[in-house]
Amino acid sequence: MASRTFTASRLPGFATVAIVVFIALYMPIAMLMIYSFNAGDSIAIWDGFSFQWYERAWENEKVKEVTIRSLVIAGSAATISTVAATMAALATTRKKPFRGQTGIYVAINQPLMVPEIVTAVALLIFFAAIKVATGYQGLGYLILAHSAFCIPFAYLPIRARLEGMDLTLETAAADLYATPWWTFRRVTLPLLAPGIVAGMMLAFVTSLDDVVITLFVKSAGQDTLPTYLLAQIRRQVTGEVNAISTVLLALTVILLTTFFLLTRKRS
Amino acid sequence: MRETEATREAAQVRRNWLLSLPALLLLAAGAIGPLFIMLIYSFLTPGKYGNVEWIFSLDAWRGILFTRDIFDETLKLADAHLTIFWRSVRLSFLTTVFTFVVGFPTAWFIATRPPRWRAFWLFLITIPFWTNLLIRTFAINQIIRNEGFLNTFLIKIGVISEPLNLLYTDLAVFLGMTYVYLPLMVLPLYAAIERFDHRLLEAGYDLYASRLAVLRRIIFPTVKPGIIAGSILVFIPSLGAYVTPRILGGGRNMMIGNFIDLQFGQGRNWPLGASLSVMLLVVVTAALLIYVRFANRDRGHG
Repeated sequence: MASRTFTASRLPGFATVAIVVFIALYMPIAMLMIYSFNAGDSIAIWDGFSFQWYERAWENEKVKEVTIRSLVIAGSAATISTVAATMAALATTRKKPFRGQTGIYVAINQPLMVPEIVTAVALLIFFAAIKVATGYQGLGYLILAHSAFCIPFAYLPIRARLEGMDLTLETAAADLYATPWWTFRRVTLPLLAPGIVAGMMLAFVTSLDDVVITLFVKSAGQDTLPTYLLAQIRRQVTGEVNAISTVLLALTVILLTTFFLLTRKRS
Repeated sequence: MRETEATREAAQVRRNWLLSLPALLLLAAGAIGPLFIMLIYSFLTPGKYGNVEWIFSLDAWRGILFTRDIFDETLKLADAHLTIFWRSVRLSFLTTVFTFVVGFPTAWFIATRPPRWRAFWLFLITIPFWTNLLIRTFAINQIIRNEGFLNTFLIKIGVISEPLNLLYTDLAVFLGMTYVYLPLMVLPLYAAIERFDHRLLEAGYDLYASRLAVLRRIIFPTVKPGIIAGSILVFIPSLGAYVTPRILGGGRNMMIGNFIDLQFGQGRNWPLGASLSVMLLVVVTAALLIYVRFANRDRGHG
C-alpha cells in the first residue's frame, strides 16, 4: 500500500530540483568556511591549509571587544525576554479565554510582523529623544530593544511546551494540598524547563544575529559582532571575516541542534 | 457560592494580566510605542542637521511621491523615488515567484520521504533559516564578486575572459533574496503538502489525468493555504529588506529599506524617513490581513 502511494506521489524532475536546491543552499556557506582556512589572501584560489585568519581574528583587540559586547547584549536580552515570555506564556496558555487575551497574543508576536527596518527607525527616533533628555548613552538601549524583539522567539517554544503538558499532574499536586506556588515550583517549572531552555536559546541566537536594529540603536563605539562584520565587508575582503563568520555559524548550529533535540517530540 | 466563583475568575484574569505585564511593558517601550512616535515625526519639519523641528508639515507625506522644484517651487513626480519603489516591488515579486518555483519541488520531495527521514531534510532547510542572514548574504557576495569563486572558475575553464559584473546589480539582489528567504517558502509548503491526501493522486491518475492536470487541478488547489502562507512570508521580508540589497546591491541599487536609512544619514530628512516607514508598515500590514482572511476562509471550508 505504502509503496503504491509513493509511486503516485513521484513527480518527474522534483527530486532533481530538490537536490540542486539543497546543494545551492549549502554551497556558499561551505565555500565561506573552506576559505577561512586558506593560507593565501584570495577567496577563490586555494593556497593551502592554515589557521592564520583565526589567529589574526583572535589577536584582533577590536574583534575581542565587539564579541564581548555581543555576548553581553545577547545574554542580557535572552534572560530578560525569557523571564517575561515565560510569565506571559503561563498567563495566556491553558487558561479560560479572557478579555484582551488576543490583544496580548498579537502584541507578543508584533516583532515578527513589522519589518525590522521600520522598528529600527522608530527606535532611533525614540531613543534619540531620550538620549537628549537624559544624557544616558549606555548599552541599556540595545538591551531593551533586543529584549523586546526576542520575546516572541522565547514565547513560542515555551507556549508549545505548556500546551503539550499534562494538566492532571498539577491537579494531583493541588489535591495533595500543595500551595499554588509549591505546585508551580515542584511540578510546573520542572516540566516546563526544556521549553524555557529552548526559548532562551532561540532568543540568544536571534539577538546575537541581529544587524538592522542594532545598527540604528547603537551609539558611537557600540559595535556588535554583526555590525562590525558589516563594516568590514564594505571595506575589504579578507579571510579574517570568514574566520569570524565560521565561528559564529558553528556556535549557531550547535545551539540550534540542541534546541531541536530539546523540542523534539518523543515518538 | 456563585459570587465566589465570579470573584475567583476575576482574580484569575487579573493575575493573567499581571503575569503578562513585563512582556507588554518591554514591547511597549522597545517595539510598539516608538511606532506611534514615528507617526508623529512624519508630520514634522526636518531639522538642519538631522532630527526634527516641532513645526507641523505635510511635506514628508507629499515627499514620498513628489519633489519640489528648486527654482519655481512647483511639485513634480519624484522619479528617483518611483524607481526605488518599483525596484522593491519588482524584486520582491520575482523573489516570491522564484522561491515558489524551486521551493515547491523541494517541499514535495521532503514530504514524500519516508517519515523517519523527513525530520532530517527539514532540519537541513531550517539550519540556514536560523543562521545569520548577514553571513549568508556575505557568502553570496564572495561567490559572485569579480575576484570571487564563480568568476575565477569560469575564467579558468575558458567560458569567459573578463569577469562578469554580477555584484552590485539587481540580479545580485534577486539571487541573494531568493537564497536567504527560500526556507520561508519551503516550510509552509511542506506543512501543507504533508497533510495532503496522496490517495487523491491515485484517483486522478485512475481517471486518466495527465501529470500536469494532477498538479494543476488536484495538488495546487489543495495546498493553496501553504502557497499563500509561503508567498506572504517571503514577500514581506523582501519588501522590507535592508541587509541583502546593501551588501549585494551597493549604493545605487537601493530598495525601500535602504532609502529609509538614507533619510537618517546623508539625506537628513527624518520626517520623510518616518513617512516612508509608516507607508511600508501599512503595506506589510495590509498583506498580512489579506493572508489572515484567506487562512480563516480556508479553515472555514475544511
